[in-house]
Amino acid sequence: MTLTPPVRLLLRYLALAYIGILVIVPVGLILWRTFQPGIGAFFDSISTPAALSALQLSLLVVAIVVPLNVLFGVPTALVLARNRFRGKSALQAVIDLPFAVSPVVVGVALILLWGSAGLFGFVENNLGLKIIFGFPGIVLASIFVTVPFVIREVEPVLHEIGTDQEEAAATLGSQWWQTFWKVTLPSIRWGLTYGVVLTIARTLGEFGGVIMVSSNLPGTSQTLTLLVADRYNRGNEYGAYAVSTLLMTVAVIVLIVQVVLDARRSRASKQA
Amino acid sequence: MTATVEPNPEATRPELTGNGEGGRAPRLFGGRYGTTSLRVGAASIWLSVIVLLPLAAIVWQSAGGGWDAFWRAVTSNAALESFRVTLTISVGVTLVNLFFGLVVAWVLTRDDFPGKRLVDSVIDLPFALPTIVASLVMLALYGPNSPVDLHLQHTKWGVGIALLFVTLPFVVRSVQPVLLELDRETEEAAASLGANNATIFTQVILPALLPSLLSGAGLAFSRAIGEFGSVVLIGGAVPGETEVSSQWIRTLIENDDRTGAAAISIVLLVVSFIVLFILRAIGSRAAKREELAQ
Repeated sequence: MTLTPPVRLLLRYLALAYIGILVIVPVGLILWRTFQPGIGAFFDSISTPAALSALQLSLLVVAIVVPLNVLFGVPTALVLARNRFRGKSALQAVIDLPFAVSPVVVGVALILLWGSAGLFGFVENNLGLKIIFGFPGIVLASIFVTVPFVIREVEPVLHEIGTDQEEAAATLGSQWWQTFWKVTLPSIRWGLTYGVVLTIARTLGEFGGVIMVSSNLPGTSQTLTLLVADRYNRGNEYGAYAVSTLLMTVAVIVLIVQVVLDARRSRASKQA
Repeated sequence: MTATVEPNPEATRPELTGNGEGGRAPRLFGGRYGTTSLRVGAASIWLSVIVLLPLAAIVWQSAGGGWDAFWRAVTSNAALESFRVTLTISVGVTLVNLFFGLVVAWVLTRDDFPGKRLVDSVIDLPFALPTIVASLVMLALYGPNSPVDLHLQHTKWGVGIALLFVTLPFVVRSVQPVLLELDRETEEAAASLGANNATIFTQVILPALLPSLLSGAGLAFSRAIGEFGSVVLIGGAVPGETEVSSQWIRTLIENDDRTGAAAISIVLLVVSFIVLFILRAIGSRAAKREELAQ
Protein backbone atom coordinates (compact mmCIF):
# COMPACT_ATOMS: atom_id res chain seq x y z
CA MET A 1 0.00 0.00 0.00
CA THR A 2 1.64 3.24 -1.15
CA LEU A 3 0.30 6.37 0.44
CA THR A 4 0.21 9.69 -1.35
CA PRO A 5 2.70 12.17 0.18
CA PRO A 6 0.06 14.34 1.90
CA VAL A 7 -1.50 11.33 3.61
CA ARG A 8 1.90 10.03 4.65
CA LEU A 9 2.84 13.39 6.16
CA LEU A 10 -0.52 13.66 7.86
CA LEU A 11 -0.05 10.27 9.54
CA ARG A 12 3.54 11.09 10.49
CA TYR A 13 2.61 14.36 12.18
CA LEU A 14 -0.45 12.82 13.80
CA ALA A 15 1.74 10.13 15.40
CA LEU A 16 4.43 12.60 16.39
CA ALA A 17 1.88 15.00 17.85
CA TYR A 18 0.31 12.20 19.91
CA ILE A 19 3.66 11.07 21.33
CA GLY A 20 4.65 14.69 21.83
CA ILE A 21 1.58 15.67 23.83
CA LEU A 22 1.52 12.44 25.79
CA VAL A 23 5.18 11.79 26.52
CA ILE A 24 7.80 14.22 25.26
CA VAL A 25 6.34 17.57 26.35
CA PRO A 26 5.29 16.46 29.87
CA VAL A 27 8.60 14.71 30.54
CA GLY A 28 10.53 17.69 29.19
CA LEU A 29 8.48 19.98 31.39
CA ILE A 30 9.41 18.02 34.54
CA LEU A 31 13.09 18.14 33.62
CA TRP A 32 12.88 21.85 32.91
CA ARG A 33 11.15 22.58 36.21
CA THR A 34 13.68 20.46 38.09
CA PHE A 35 16.75 22.17 36.69
CA GLN A 36 15.38 25.67 36.23
CA PRO A 37 16.38 26.77 39.79
CA GLY A 38 19.85 25.44 39.14
CA ILE A 39 21.60 22.14 39.66
CA GLY A 40 22.41 23.06 43.27
CA ALA A 41 18.75 23.24 44.23
CA PHE A 42 18.23 19.83 42.68
CA PHE A 43 21.03 18.28 44.72
CA ASP A 44 19.85 20.03 47.88
CA SER A 45 16.40 18.60 47.38
CA ILE A 46 17.56 15.01 46.88
CA SER A 47 20.01 15.12 49.77
CA THR A 48 17.69 16.09 52.61
CA PRO A 49 17.72 13.53 55.46
CA ALA A 50 14.32 12.16 54.41
CA ALA A 51 15.43 11.82 50.79
CA LEU A 52 18.70 10.16 51.72
CA SER A 53 17.04 7.63 53.98
CA ALA A 54 14.42 6.93 51.29
CA LEU A 55 17.22 6.35 48.80
CA GLN A 56 18.98 4.09 51.26
CA LEU A 57 15.83 2.10 51.93
CA SER A 58 15.06 1.71 48.22
CA LEU A 59 18.61 0.53 47.53
CA LEU A 60 18.42 -1.91 50.42
CA VAL A 61 15.23 -3.39 48.96
CA VAL A 62 16.99 -3.70 45.59
CA ALA A 63 19.96 -5.38 47.27
CA ILE A 64 17.66 -8.06 48.66
CA VAL A 65 15.25 -8.46 45.76
CA VAL A 66 17.81 -8.80 42.94
CA PRO A 67 19.90 -11.67 44.40
CA LEU A 68 16.75 -13.58 45.35
CA ASN A 69 15.32 -13.17 41.86
CA VAL A 70 18.58 -14.33 40.27
CA LEU A 71 18.98 -17.23 42.70
CA PHE A 72 15.49 -18.58 42.03
CA GLY A 73 14.98 -17.17 38.53
CA VAL A 74 17.94 -18.77 36.73
CA PRO A 75 17.25 -22.36 37.92
CA THR A 76 13.57 -21.89 37.13
CA ALA A 77 14.41 -20.68 33.62
CA LEU A 78 16.78 -23.62 33.22
CA VAL A 79 14.23 -26.18 34.25
CA LEU A 80 11.58 -24.58 32.01
CA ALA A 81 13.89 -24.50 29.00
CA ARG A 82 15.60 -27.86 29.45
CA ASN A 83 13.14 -30.24 31.01
CA ARG A 84 9.73 -31.69 30.42
CA PHE A 85 7.63 -32.27 33.50
CA ARG A 86 4.07 -32.49 34.64
CA GLY A 87 2.46 -29.16 35.46
CA LYS A 88 4.88 -27.17 33.32
CA SER A 89 2.22 -25.04 31.65
CA ALA A 90 0.72 -24.32 35.07
CA LEU A 91 4.14 -23.13 36.25
CA GLN A 92 4.45 -20.94 33.12
CA ALA A 93 1.05 -19.39 33.86
CA VAL A 94 1.95 -18.67 37.50
CA ILE A 95 5.15 -16.89 36.42
CA ASP A 96 3.17 -14.50 34.20
CA LEU A 97 0.51 -13.97 36.87
CA PRO A 98 2.14 -10.88 38.48
CA PHE A 99 1.81 -9.01 35.16
CA ALA A 100 -1.95 -9.41 35.36
CA VAL A 101 -2.43 -8.43 38.99
CA SER A 102 -3.09 -4.82 39.97
CA PRO A 103 -0.43 -3.46 42.38
CA VAL A 104 -3.14 -2.61 44.91
CA VAL A 105 -4.40 -6.19 44.78
CA VAL A 106 -0.82 -7.31 45.46
CA GLY A 107 -0.91 -5.20 48.60
CA VAL A 108 -4.29 -6.59 49.68
CA ALA A 109 -3.06 -10.14 49.08
CA LEU A 110 0.02 -9.61 51.22
CA ILE A 111 -1.97 -7.97 54.01
CA LEU A 112 -4.46 -10.84 54.03
CA LEU A 113 -1.67 -13.43 54.13
CA TRP A 114 0.97 -11.88 56.38
CA GLY A 115 -0.97 -9.25 58.33
CA SER A 116 -1.60 -9.76 62.04
CA ALA A 117 -5.16 -10.94 61.28
CA GLY A 118 -4.12 -12.81 58.16
CA LEU A 119 -3.67 -16.44 57.28
CA PHE A 120 -0.03 -16.42 58.40
CA GLY A 121 -0.68 -13.93 61.21
CA PHE A 122 1.18 -16.21 63.62
CA VAL A 123 4.47 -14.96 62.17
CA GLU A 124 3.74 -11.51 63.56
CA ASN A 125 1.69 -12.50 66.59
CA ASN A 126 3.80 -15.38 67.91
CA LEU A 127 7.21 -14.94 66.34
CA GLY A 128 7.20 -11.16 66.66
CA LEU A 129 8.30 -10.54 63.08
CA LYS A 130 6.37 -7.56 61.77
CA ILE A 131 5.93 -8.05 58.04
CA ILE A 132 3.04 -5.83 57.03
CA PHE A 133 3.72 -2.14 57.79
CA GLY A 134 7.35 -3.13 58.12
CA PHE A 135 10.37 -3.66 55.93
CA PRO A 136 9.69 -7.34 54.99
CA GLY A 137 6.33 -6.31 53.52
CA ILE A 138 8.02 -3.89 51.13
CA VAL A 139 10.44 -6.63 50.08
CA LEU A 140 7.65 -9.18 49.55
CA ALA A 141 5.61 -6.73 47.45
CA SER A 142 8.69 -5.90 45.36
CA ILE A 143 9.51 -9.58 44.75
CA PHE A 144 5.90 -10.32 43.79
CA VAL A 145 5.92 -7.73 41.01
CA THR A 146 9.43 -8.57 39.75
CA VAL A 147 9.27 -12.39 39.74
CA PRO A 148 8.71 -12.69 35.96
CA PHE A 149 11.58 -10.50 34.74
CA VAL A 150 14.70 -12.66 35.19
CA ILE A 151 12.90 -15.86 34.18
CA ARG A 152 11.30 -14.31 31.12
CA GLU A 153 14.54 -12.73 29.89
CA VAL A 154 16.74 -15.80 30.47
CA GLU A 155 14.44 -18.57 29.25
CA PRO A 156 14.28 -17.55 25.54
CA VAL A 157 18.09 -17.20 25.46
CA LEU A 158 18.43 -20.75 26.80
CA HIS A 159 16.12 -22.00 24.05
CA GLU A 160 18.13 -20.15 21.45
CA ILE A 161 21.58 -21.39 22.43
CA GLY A 162 20.43 -25.00 22.53
CA THR A 163 22.33 -27.72 24.34
CA ASP A 164 25.20 -28.55 21.95
CA GLN A 165 27.92 -26.82 23.93
CA GLU A 166 26.60 -28.05 27.25
CA GLU A 167 26.53 -31.59 25.91
CA ALA A 168 30.06 -31.21 24.55
CA ALA A 169 31.27 -30.02 27.93
CA ALA A 170 29.52 -32.92 29.65
CA THR A 171 31.05 -35.37 27.17
CA LEU A 172 34.48 -33.98 27.95
CA GLY A 173 33.89 -34.81 31.57
CA SER A 174 32.93 -31.47 33.08
CA GLN A 175 30.79 -31.47 36.20
CA TRP A 176 27.38 -29.80 36.05
CA TRP A 177 28.55 -26.77 38.00
CA GLN A 178 31.61 -26.40 35.76
CA THR A 179 29.34 -26.55 32.72
CA PHE A 180 27.10 -23.94 34.30
CA TRP A 181 29.90 -21.50 35.15
CA LYS A 182 31.93 -21.89 31.97
CA VAL A 183 29.32 -22.58 29.29
CA THR A 184 25.77 -21.69 30.30
CA LEU A 185 26.32 -18.55 32.37
CA PRO A 186 28.51 -16.77 29.78
CA SER A 187 25.92 -17.37 27.07
CA ILE A 188 22.96 -16.13 29.11
CA ARG A 189 24.78 -13.16 30.63
CA TRP A 190 23.12 -10.48 28.49
CA GLY A 191 19.62 -11.85 28.99
CA LEU A 192 20.35 -12.09 32.69
CA THR A 193 21.72 -8.54 32.72
CA TYR A 194 18.59 -7.17 31.14
CA GLY A 195 16.40 -9.15 33.52
CA VAL A 196 18.33 -7.71 36.46
CA VAL A 197 18.11 -4.18 35.05
CA LEU A 198 14.34 -4.52 34.68
CA THR A 199 14.12 -5.90 38.22
CA ILE A 200 16.08 -2.97 39.64
CA ALA A 201 13.98 -0.42 37.77
CA ARG A 202 10.69 -1.99 38.79
CA THR A 203 11.78 -2.37 42.41
CA LEU A 204 12.83 1.27 42.64
CA GLY A 205 9.66 2.36 40.88
CA GLU A 206 7.02 0.19 42.54
CA PHE A 207 4.37 2.32 44.23
CA GLY A 208 0.90 0.76 44.49
CA GLY A 209 1.98 -2.49 46.09
CA VAL A 210 4.42 -0.82 48.45
CA ILE A 211 2.13 1.95 49.67
CA MET A 212 -0.42 -0.68 50.75
CA VAL A 213 1.99 -2.59 52.98
CA SER A 214 4.18 0.27 54.23
CA SER A 215 3.61 2.53 57.19
CA ASN A 216 5.16 5.32 55.07
CA LEU A 217 7.26 6.75 57.89
CA PRO A 218 10.15 8.95 56.71
CA GLY A 219 13.41 7.32 57.67
CA THR A 220 12.09 3.83 58.36
CA SER A 221 9.61 2.71 55.75
CA GLN A 222 9.42 5.41 53.10
CA THR A 223 10.86 4.44 49.74
CA LEU A 224 11.67 6.90 46.95
CA THR A 225 8.30 6.53 45.23
CA LEU A 226 6.44 7.03 48.51
CA LEU A 227 8.54 10.14 49.10
CA VAL A 228 7.42 11.54 45.74
CA ALA A 229 3.75 11.13 46.63
CA ASP A 230 4.33 12.41 50.16
CA ARG A 231 6.12 15.55 48.99
CA TYR A 232 3.48 16.29 46.39
CA ASN A 233 0.66 15.84 48.89
CA ARG A 234 2.39 18.19 51.34
CA GLY A 235 2.60 20.85 48.65
CA ASN A 236 6.35 20.49 48.12
CA GLU A 237 6.02 20.25 44.35
CA TYR A 238 9.63 21.04 43.60
CA GLY A 239 10.85 18.30 45.94
CA ALA A 240 8.55 15.82 44.20
CA TYR A 241 9.91 16.88 40.79
CA ALA A 242 13.50 16.46 41.97
CA VAL A 243 13.00 12.90 43.25
CA SER A 244 11.02 12.08 40.10
CA THR A 245 13.93 13.24 37.99
CA LEU A 246 16.20 10.96 40.00
CA LEU A 247 13.86 8.02 39.35
CA MET A 248 13.55 9.02 35.70
CA THR A 249 17.31 8.71 35.33
CA VAL A 250 16.96 5.04 36.25
CA ALA A 251 14.25 4.64 33.60
CA VAL A 252 16.45 6.25 30.96
CA ILE A 253 19.31 3.90 31.87
CA VAL A 254 16.92 0.98 31.34
CA LEU A 255 16.04 2.28 27.87
CA ILE A 256 19.71 2.72 26.97
CA VAL A 257 20.53 -0.82 28.09
CA GLN A 258 17.60 -2.05 26.03
CA VAL A 259 18.75 -0.23 22.88
CA VAL A 260 22.32 -1.49 23.32
CA LEU A 261 21.22 -5.09 23.87
CA ASP A 262 18.83 -4.95 20.90
CA ALA A 263 21.63 -3.72 18.65
CA ARG A 264 23.91 -6.49 19.93
CA ARG A 265 21.23 -9.09 19.33
CA SER A 266 20.46 -7.98 15.77
CA ARG A 267 24.18 -7.91 14.99
CA ALA A 268 24.51 -11.42 16.35
CA SER A 269 21.61 -12.70 14.29
CA LYS A 270 23.05 -11.07 11.17
CA GLN A 271 26.32 -12.88 11.70
CA ALA A 272 24.61 -16.19 12.14
CA MET B 1 9.62 -4.82 29.26
CA THR B 2 8.09 -6.24 26.14
CA ALA B 3 4.80 -7.60 27.28
CA THR B 4 3.46 -9.22 24.18
CA VAL B 5 1.28 -12.26 24.46
CA GLU B 6 3.06 -15.18 22.93
CA PRO B 7 0.90 -17.36 20.75
CA ASN B 8 1.02 -20.42 22.96
CA PRO B 9 4.72 -20.81 23.69
CA GLU B 10 4.40 -24.52 24.31
CA ALA B 11 3.34 -25.13 20.74
CA THR B 12 6.27 -23.34 19.17
CA ARG B 13 9.12 -24.25 21.47
CA PRO B 14 10.64 -27.61 20.89
CA GLU B 15 11.90 -29.44 23.93
CA LEU B 16 15.63 -29.59 23.85
CA THR B 17 16.36 -32.55 26.04
CA GLY B 18 14.48 -35.43 27.48
CA ASN B 19 13.51 -35.62 31.09
CA GLY B 20 16.86 -36.96 32.10
CA GLU B 21 15.76 -40.49 32.71
CA GLY B 22 16.62 -41.49 29.15
CA GLY B 23 20.11 -42.40 28.05
CA ARG B 24 21.13 -39.25 26.16
CA ALA B 25 23.42 -36.72 27.82
CA PRO B 26 23.11 -38.09 31.31
CA ARG B 27 25.12 -35.36 33.02
CA LEU B 28 23.35 -32.28 31.66
CA PHE B 29 21.28 -29.94 33.77
CA GLY B 30 18.56 -31.94 35.32
CA GLY B 31 20.16 -34.86 33.63
CA ARG B 32 20.99 -36.64 36.83
CA TYR B 33 18.19 -38.62 38.23
CA GLY B 34 16.11 -36.55 40.62
CA THR B 35 17.50 -33.07 40.04
CA THR B 36 14.64 -32.13 37.74
CA SER B 37 12.05 -32.76 40.38
CA LEU B 38 14.25 -30.96 42.90
CA ARG B 39 14.42 -27.85 40.68
CA VAL B 40 10.73 -28.00 39.85
CA GLY B 41 9.99 -28.35 43.54
CA ALA B 42 12.16 -25.37 44.48
CA ALA B 43 10.60 -23.22 41.76
CA SER B 44 7.10 -24.25 42.79
CA ILE B 45 7.66 -23.54 46.47
CA TRP B 46 9.25 -20.16 45.72
CA LEU B 47 6.41 -19.11 43.41
CA SER B 48 3.80 -20.43 45.81
CA VAL B 49 5.09 -18.42 48.77
CA ILE B 50 5.62 -15.27 46.73
CA VAL B 51 2.66 -15.31 44.34
CA LEU B 52 0.09 -18.05 44.90
CA LEU B 53 -0.37 -18.05 48.68
CA PRO B 54 -1.04 -14.29 48.89
CA LEU B 55 -3.61 -14.58 46.11
CA ALA B 56 -5.12 -17.61 47.84
CA ALA B 57 -5.40 -15.51 51.00
CA ILE B 58 -7.71 -13.13 49.12
CA VAL B 59 -9.99 -16.00 48.16
CA TRP B 60 -9.83 -17.38 51.70
CA GLN B 61 -10.75 -14.02 53.24
CA SER B 62 -13.62 -13.59 50.82
CA ALA B 63 -14.88 -17.14 51.36
CA GLY B 64 -14.73 -16.63 55.13
CA GLY B 65 -17.29 -13.83 54.83
CA GLY B 66 -19.69 -16.00 52.88
CA TRP B 67 -21.49 -15.37 49.61
CA ASP B 68 -23.76 -12.68 51.11
CA ALA B 69 -20.87 -10.53 52.29
CA PHE B 70 -19.18 -10.91 48.90
CA TRP B 71 -22.32 -9.91 47.04
CA ARG B 72 -22.98 -6.96 49.40
CA ALA B 73 -19.41 -5.72 48.89
CA VAL B 74 -19.44 -5.87 45.09
CA THR B 75 -22.95 -4.43 44.73
CA SER B 76 -22.58 -1.58 47.23
CA ASN B 77 -23.12 1.83 45.68
CA ALA B 78 -19.52 2.91 46.01
CA ALA B 79 -18.26 -0.35 44.47
CA LEU B 80 -20.66 -0.13 41.53
CA GLU B 81 -19.72 3.50 40.94
CA SER B 82 -16.02 2.59 41.00
CA PHE B 83 -16.62 -0.25 38.51
CA ARG B 84 -18.53 2.12 36.25
CA VAL B 85 -15.78 4.74 36.35
CA THR B 86 -13.03 2.15 35.88
CA LEU B 87 -14.72 0.37 33.00
CA THR B 88 -15.86 3.44 31.04
CA ILE B 89 -12.47 5.11 31.28
CA SER B 90 -10.62 1.86 30.50
CA VAL B 91 -12.79 1.12 27.44
CA GLY B 92 -12.29 4.67 26.18
CA VAL B 93 -8.54 4.44 26.74
CA THR B 94 -8.42 1.09 24.94
CA LEU B 95 -10.25 2.48 21.90
CA VAL B 96 -7.95 5.52 21.67
CA ASN B 97 -5.01 3.12 22.01
CA LEU B 98 -6.30 0.97 19.14
CA PHE B 99 -6.40 3.96 16.80
CA PHE B 100 -3.27 5.84 17.80
CA GLY B 101 -1.32 2.64 18.49
CA LEU B 102 -1.93 1.55 14.91
CA VAL B 103 -1.02 4.98 13.54
CA VAL B 104 2.20 5.14 15.57
CA ALA B 105 3.18 1.57 14.67
CA TRP B 106 2.45 2.31 11.01
CA VAL B 107 4.55 5.47 10.97
CA LEU B 108 7.41 3.73 12.78
CA THR B 109 7.52 0.85 10.27
CA ARG B 110 6.44 2.35 6.92
CA ASP B 111 7.65 5.91 7.17
CA ASP B 112 11.14 7.31 7.44
CA PHE B 113 12.20 10.59 8.97
CA PRO B 114 15.13 11.96 10.95
CA GLY B 115 14.91 11.05 14.62
CA LYS B 116 12.74 7.99 14.02
CA ARG B 117 14.91 5.75 16.19
CA LEU B 118 14.70 8.19 19.06
CA VAL B 119 10.91 8.31 18.81
CA ASP B 120 10.93 4.52 18.67
CA SER B 121 12.78 4.21 21.96
CA VAL B 122 10.68 6.94 23.62
CA ILE B 123 7.66 4.62 23.16
CA ASP B 124 9.05 2.37 25.90
CA LEU B 125 9.49 5.21 28.38
CA PRO B 126 6.06 4.76 29.99
CA PHE B 127 6.97 1.13 30.81
CA ALA B 128 10.28 2.12 32.34
CA LEU B 129 8.93 5.07 34.31
CA PRO B 130 7.60 4.50 37.84
CA THR B 131 3.83 4.98 37.91
CA ILE B 132 3.97 7.72 40.53
CA VAL B 133 6.41 9.63 38.33
CA ALA B 134 3.97 9.15 35.44
CA SER B 135 1.32 10.75 37.62
CA LEU B 136 3.55 13.74 38.32
CA VAL B 137 4.61 14.02 34.68
CA MET B 138 0.97 14.25 33.62
CA LEU B 139 0.24 16.80 36.34
CA ALA B 140 3.07 18.99 35.12
CA LEU B 141 1.29 19.57 31.82
CA TYR B 142 -2.34 19.00 32.77
CA GLY B 143 -2.39 19.99 36.44
CA PRO B 144 -2.94 23.26 38.31
CA ASN B 145 0.35 24.79 37.11
CA SER B 146 -0.26 23.85 33.50
CA PRO B 147 1.66 26.13 31.13
CA VAL B 148 -1.08 25.68 28.50
CA ASP B 149 -3.88 26.31 30.98
CA LEU B 150 -5.37 22.84 30.84
CA HIS B 151 -6.75 21.78 34.21
CA LEU B 152 -7.56 18.10 34.19
CA GLN B 153 -6.73 17.29 37.82
CA HIS B 154 -9.66 15.63 39.59
CA THR B 155 -11.53 15.04 36.32
CA LYS B 156 -12.10 11.79 34.48
CA TRP B 157 -10.20 13.25 31.51
CA GLY B 158 -7.16 13.52 33.76
CA VAL B 159 -7.46 9.86 34.76
CA GLY B 160 -7.93 8.96 31.09
CA ILE B 161 -4.83 10.80 29.95
CA ALA B 162 -2.72 9.25 32.72
CA LEU B 163 -3.93 5.81 31.62
CA LEU B 164 -3.18 6.66 27.97
CA PHE B 165 0.36 7.47 29.04
CA VAL B 166 1.02 4.21 30.87
CA THR B 167 -0.66 2.04 28.21
CA LEU B 168 0.96 3.70 25.17
CA PRO B 169 3.48 0.90 24.43
CA PHE B 170 1.07 -2.06 24.42
CA VAL B 171 -0.65 -1.72 21.03
CA VAL B 172 2.38 -0.15 19.34
CA ARG B 173 4.71 -2.92 20.47
CA SER B 174 2.39 -5.77 19.58
CA VAL B 175 1.45 -4.42 16.12
CA GLN B 176 4.91 -3.20 15.09
CA PRO B 177 6.63 -6.59 14.55
CA VAL B 178 3.63 -7.98 12.64
CA LEU B 179 3.54 -4.92 10.41
CA LEU B 180 7.25 -5.30 9.78
CA GLU B 181 6.90 -8.93 8.71
CA LEU B 182 3.78 -8.32 6.63
CA ASP B 183 4.17 -9.56 3.07
CA ARG B 184 4.23 -6.50 0.82
CA GLU B 185 3.63 -8.69 -2.27
CA THR B 186 0.00 -9.30 -1.38
CA GLU B 187 -0.53 -5.56 -1.14
CA GLU B 188 1.18 -5.02 -4.49
CA ALA B 189 -0.86 -7.77 -6.08
CA ALA B 190 -4.07 -6.21 -4.76
CA ALA B 191 -2.97 -2.81 -6.06
CA SER B 192 -2.12 -4.18 -9.50
CA LEU B 193 -5.58 -5.74 -9.64
CA GLY B 194 -7.02 -2.28 -9.20
CA ALA B 195 -7.79 -2.20 -5.48
CA ASN B 196 -7.55 1.25 -3.94
CA ASN B 197 -5.84 1.99 -0.63
CA ALA B 198 -9.01 1.74 1.41
CA THR B 199 -9.76 -1.73 0.02
CA ILE B 200 -6.18 -2.90 0.51
CA PHE B 201 -6.22 -1.65 4.08
CA THR B 202 -9.51 -3.23 5.08
CA GLN B 203 -9.15 -6.45 3.06
CA VAL B 204 -5.44 -7.22 3.28
CA ILE B 205 -3.69 -5.33 6.06
CA LEU B 206 -6.31 -5.10 8.78
CA PRO B 207 -7.15 -8.84 8.84
CA ALA B 208 -3.45 -9.65 9.17
CA LEU B 209 -3.01 -7.16 12.00
CA LEU B 210 -6.18 -8.06 13.85
CA PRO B 211 -4.75 -10.64 16.30
CA SER B 212 -1.90 -8.36 17.32
CA LEU B 213 -4.20 -5.34 17.58
CA LEU B 214 -6.56 -7.27 19.84
CA SER B 215 -3.71 -8.60 21.93
CA GLY B 216 -2.25 -5.13 22.45
CA ALA B 217 -5.67 -3.71 23.24
CA GLY B 218 -6.38 -6.51 25.72
CA LEU B 219 -3.11 -5.94 27.56
CA ALA B 220 -3.76 -2.20 27.65
CA PHE B 221 -7.27 -2.77 29.00
CA SER B 222 -6.05 -5.21 31.63
CA ARG B 223 -3.40 -2.73 32.75
CA ALA B 224 -5.89 0.14 32.78
CA ILE B 225 -8.46 -1.52 35.06
CA GLY B 226 -5.87 -2.27 37.74
CA GLU B 227 -3.81 0.91 37.51
CA PHE B 228 -3.18 2.81 40.72
CA GLY B 229 0.03 4.83 40.94
CA SER B 230 -0.43 6.92 37.81
CA VAL B 231 -4.03 7.94 38.59
CA VAL B 232 -3.71 8.56 42.31
CA LEU B 233 -2.40 12.14 42.16
CA ILE B 234 -4.19 13.32 39.03
CA GLY B 235 -7.51 11.58 39.81
CA GLY B 236 -7.86 12.38 43.48
CA ALA B 237 -10.54 9.72 44.13
CA VAL B 238 -13.69 11.76 43.59
CA PRO B 239 -16.46 9.16 44.07
CA GLY B 240 -18.43 8.48 40.90
CA GLU B 241 -16.14 10.71 38.87
CA THR B 242 -12.50 9.66 39.23
CA GLU B 243 -12.43 7.03 41.96
CA VAL B 244 -11.35 3.83 40.20
CA SER B 245 -11.73 0.39 41.74
CA SER B 246 -8.11 0.13 42.87
CA GLN B 247 -8.56 3.33 44.88
CA TRP B 248 -11.79 2.02 46.35
CA ILE B 249 -9.92 -1.12 47.45
CA ARG B 250 -7.36 1.04 49.22
CA THR B 251 -10.12 2.97 51.00
CA LEU B 252 -11.68 -0.31 52.16
CA ILE B 253 -8.35 -1.54 53.55
CA GLU B 254 -7.84 1.76 55.36
CA ASN B 255 -11.29 1.37 56.91
CA ASP B 256 -10.32 -2.18 57.89
CA ASP B 257 -13.03 -3.74 55.71
CA ARG B 258 -10.84 -6.66 54.67
CA THR B 259 -13.64 -8.83 53.33
CA GLY B 260 -14.87 -5.97 51.13
CA ALA B 261 -11.38 -5.29 49.83
CA ALA B 262 -10.94 -9.00 49.08
CA ALA B 263 -14.24 -9.09 47.18
CA ILE B 264 -13.39 -6.10 44.93
CA SER B 265 -9.90 -7.55 44.39
CA ILE B 266 -11.45 -10.81 43.20
CA VAL B 267 -13.61 -8.93 40.69
CA LEU B 268 -10.53 -7.12 39.28
CA LEU B 269 -8.55 -10.36 39.15
CA VAL B 270 -11.33 -12.25 37.39
CA VAL B 271 -11.80 -9.52 34.76
CA SER B 272 -8.03 -9.49 34.14
CA PHE B 273 -7.85 -13.26 33.85
CA ILE B 274 -10.78 -13.44 31.44
CA VAL B 275 -9.17 -10.82 29.18
CA LEU B 276 -5.82 -12.61 29.21
CA PHE B 277 -7.47 -15.99 28.67
CA ILE B 278 -9.25 -14.68 25.57
CA LEU B 279 -5.95 -13.24 24.33
CA ARG B 280 -4.24 -16.60 24.76
CA ALA B 281 -7.04 -18.27 22.78
CA ILE B 282 -6.75 -15.70 19.99
CA GLY B 283 -2.97 -16.06 20.01
CA SER B 284 -2.98 -19.84 19.73
CA ARG B 285 -5.60 -19.71 16.95
CA ALA B 286 -3.44 -17.26 15.02
CA ALA B 287 -0.39 -19.50 15.53
CA LYS B 288 -2.31 -22.52 14.25
CA ARG B 289 -3.48 -20.64 11.18
CA GLU B 290 0.09 -19.62 10.49
CA GLU B 291 1.21 -23.24 10.74
CA LEU B 292 -1.47 -24.30 8.28
CA ALA B 293 -0.44 -21.57 5.86
CA GLN B 294 3.15 -22.74 5.78
